Amino acid sequence: MKILVCISNVPDTTSKINFTDGDTKFDTNGVQFVINPNDEFGLTRAMWFKEKQGAAVHVATVGGAQTEPTIRKALAIGADEAIRINAEPTDGFFVARQLAEVIKNGGYDLVIAGRESIDYNGGMVPGIVATLLDMNFVNTCIGLEVDGNNATASREIDGGKETISTSLPLVIGGQKGLVDESDLRIPNMRGIMMARKKVLNVVEPVDAPQPTQDQKFEKPAAKGPVKLVDAGNVGELVNLLHSEAKVI
Amino acid sequence: MSILVYTESDKGNFKKNAHEVASYAYQVAQDMGESVTAVTINANDDSNLGAYGVSKVLKVSNGDLDTFNAKAYANVLAQAAEAEGAKVIILSSSADTKFLAPILTAKLNAGYVPNVVAAPDSTSPFVVKRTAFSNKGFAHTEINADTKIVGVSNNSYGVHENQTDAAVEDFSANLGDADFATKSVEVDKVIGKATIADADIVVSGGRGLKGPENWGMIEELADVLGAATACSKPVSDLGWRPHGEHVGQTGKPVASNLYIAIGISGAIQHLAGVSSSKTKVVINNDPEAPFFKAADYGIVGDAFEVVPELIEKLKEFKAQNT
Repeated sequence: MKILVCISNVPDTTSKINFTDGDTKFDTNGVQFVINPNDEFGLTRAMWFKEKQGAAVHVATVGGAQTEPTIRKALAIGADEAIRINAEPTDGFFVARQLAEVIKNGGYDLVIAGRESIDYNGGMVPGIVATLLDMNFVNTCIGLEVDGNNATASREIDGGKETISTSLPLVIGGQKGLVDESDLRIPNMRGIMMARKKVLNVVEPVDAPQPTQDQKFEKPAAKGPVKLVDAGNVGELVNLLHSEAKVI
Repeated sequence: MSILVYTESDKGNFKKNAHEVASYAYQVAQDMGESVTAVTINANDDSNLGAYGVSKVLKVSNGDLDTFNAKAYANVLAQAAEAEGAKVIILSSSADTKFLAPILTAKLNAGYVPNVVAAPDSTSPFVVKRTAFSNKGFAHTEINADTKIVGVSNNSYGVHENQTDAAVEDFSANLGDADFATKSVEVDKVIGKATIADADIVVSGGRGLKGPENWGMIEELADVLGAATACSKPVSDLGWRPHGEHVGQTGKPVASNLYIAIGISGAIQHLAGVSSSKTKVVINNDPEAPFFKAADYGIVGDAFEVVPELIEKLKEFKAQNT
């Protein structure tokens, strides 16, 4: 089985978000970038397929040279090869078209992407890739088993989960549950050394439209101070929620 | 031309978001001088959609679609959009709709913007406001494709009545085996309990509760309020509560009217995930907990004393107000 894990290079979850250039750009100043958490769960599941079922695992990202430390981290965790598509990922459809090209040329059986990136939250890349390439697709995937050509996936639904039976070639939009938080791997020194020697192919993007464009960003409005209620007067909270906030 | 809206149902009954997306579609239709066509799939009663501004209902009745199937549903919507010549499609943010939306986007070569929180800034050019950076910011995004798909965030635009006469027409889509290549084998869903996605009120517990054995009072508080239960990331990582309850940046987003955080300090990732909730209440014994800076109301105190007291007071309140 040949697996491609799609990696998005995103600000660390603890990052404070600021905008620059008249609020038209995300301010990367002082921001630490990491593998998108949803992708990291998928990458870790891919490592399981590599170790237990002999799968080959490649990773791909769409991004400039500044994304290479994140890609090298994925190689240090254990991916065999990496591909960087040399373009700024400004639109989900555009990114999906780039990945679809790589997947078509690479003959992958299973494509694991995150359900969404935690920066732009588009949540559309895996579904568009699957549809462009006529592959099966399962979103918000929290469990995946592959047996020959057959796959059993579970997905999170509102208020529960659903088990789905499907087959390869398959694309999933994954999230926590594919593996647990405690299964995530921190690259060790040997992994980091080996990652330096692994293949990282840089390919140029194909022409593709960018049907959406972020024009301006803004931060949420500052919040007023909290209204404190004395712990000995809990009834007052009930009153406030009813007569002031009008939520009960 | 019309504005197409997918009004989602579950076991034949419209989901709460169906009326919200219909209301949103009506606003867009007003701005563009058009009318709203809704698509329903195996819904019991389509007639009340007129109350939210829908002029025409394409009613799909097909036993193969009793269980949600993203590809088949996307295909139905694509054929409905074509039949109506619709260039703007309004969707919700449910898990099912977020599953079918990218499939529909690729089929129609559309521009899709999810997580939209307000009526369009303008419809020519078509610009919408959406959340970005996991609720730490907003983006104003232009859709320049011929076909535009807008995913409306739950509980963001609200339900607005606009009495219209809705004409109901049967609509059948051509579906083939390829549309059902992924099959639902089993659905494991809690029945009769509010879900985090739909609930007006969410009650959430954190590590301050000390252990899973102490969740009884969280569930009781949720029961009294008709609320969904949720938890912080450490709690789900420790296995005290199922992953499905984890709310925050890498868990589920919460956009309820009321969010009550008990024993949750308020890490930046957690606050991002719950920031769309309209009113936030924090109960924590540490007055320095960051959540107090993000909350509307707070009680500094021991959750094991405050929560049982709150349950009692709410019961009294309910008794007086029903």
